[in-house]
Amino acid sequence: MAGELDSVTRPLAFKIQGLTKSFGNRQVLRGLDLEIEAGKSVTVFGPNGAGKSTLVKILATIMNPTSGTVFINGQDLKQNAWAIRRHIGLITHQTLLYGNLTGRENLEFYGRMFDVPDLKSRIQEMVSLVGMTARQHDRVATLSRGMQQRFAIARALLHKPSIVLMDEPETGLDQEAIPLLWRAMPDNAENVRTVIHVTHSLERGLELGDRFVILDKGKIVYEGVREAIDLAGLKDVYRKSTSMST
Amino acid sequence: MKFWSKVFAIARKDTLSELRSREILSSVLMFALLVIVIYEFAFGGDPDTIKTVAPGMLWTTFVFAGMLSLNRAFIPEKEQGCLEGLMICPVSREAIYAGKAISSLLFMLIIEAIGLIAFTVLFNLPVISLPVITITVFTTIGFVAVGTLFSALSVNTKAREMVLPILFLPIVIPIIIGAVNATQAALASGSFSDVGSWLQIIIAFDVIFSVVSFLTFDFIVVE
Repeated sequence: MAGELDSVTRPLAFKIQGLTKSFGNRQVLRGLDLEIEAGKSVTVFGPNGAGKSTLVKILATIMNPTSGTVFINGQDLKQNAWAIRRHIGLITHQTLLYGNLTGRENLEFYGRMFDVPDLKSRIQEMVSLVGMTARQHDRVATLSRGMQQRFAIARALLHKPSIVLMDEPETGLDQEAIPLLWRAMPDNAENVRTVIHVTHSLERGLELGDRFVILDKGKIVYEGVREAIDLAGLKDVYRKSTSMST
Repeated sequence: MKFWSKVFAIARKDTLSELRSREILSSVLMFALLVIVIYEFAFGGDPDTIKTVAPGMLWTTFVFAGMLSLNRAFIPEKEQGCLEGLMICPVSREAIYAGKAISSLLFMLIIEAIGLIAFTVLFNLPVISLPVITITVFTTIGFVAVGTLFSALSVNTKAREMVLPILFLPIVIPIIIGAVNATQAALASGSFSDVGSWLQIIIAFDVIFSVVSFLTFDFIVVE
């Protein structure tokens, strides 16, 4: 069931206990328990319908759990969703950008929503980081999918979140742009960032994650650390855990 | 203070987006003008008939145009996944409601202003008067207050174009009846004194339903 876990003790960014989520009679998450230390990057794998996106939506405070408790940075999700949102950046396969606004206008809007200080210079910094300075005044709808996703990365990181949730963030990104996702990763001691990365790509997940979990039918069926397994081993574990071919 | 800065940021974003796409204004305005022209052909010949049916014509035009407009209010948020983007912002759901309601109110008032001009030109009725404009503004506030709530509710349903009128019309019937009667009185006398009691009902509806919609919006959009 479990691989070796990192022995370095840090405060918990996530403490999830007995998390369930049902839509009518259909139970999507079935009693999930998971602890993630601050500054760690955890990749979540799983087949379609495993509950990965539902988990991300609950952690992003978009969706309420049916039962169970979630503590994020020590705060109860049910009681402190407002405060928790300040610490979360979300990158999904949808850009969450307004097509009729320019990339810069989108960033200005989200910057105001998050009360980002010194917004103009921060936008300039992020636009430059994702390589979109020349296209920042173009309407998002006129940009390619990959360019839109670059702005989505800028949007998610604009307010310097300590937690980044990524649900298949590679969607539309070209090979050149995929390394931009590293910007969302934990980087240094002053800027501790916790990342949960949901992906179907075992290669990418293994590359980006310190730890990984495999989710199947709403339950964690495997948990391990990068050092303990290689890609071939992960593929084998995935196949056995989910009873599906990779 | 921060609450209102976020409300206006949301309203500004919607207005900017609408000015670029003109999805709501152009289509709803065209619909409203077509309805007014059809009424002109149906009742245009007889001034007495027009005076009798004018309040009904005016408010059926505004109600159906308003429903078309409100149907579109949350669609851009849903289609581009932006509602989730708003939900993850540290912004109260009430601020999202207020921002969306203000932009919807602005769009409806623009459509109604042009509709009133068209009514004046085609029917030669004194609808551009202070009493009628006051009735229109206050009725639209209540209409939009409830409509924004139900627009958020219906956007998650498959047949949203049908769901909104079914849910929404029964709730706004009192304010529409009030608006039709108030407009009738205003066109007959041209003074505020005869519309006072109807206007009070409309304002009471505005206050009650604005507060209720404001407070219940959180439950509507939470999932």
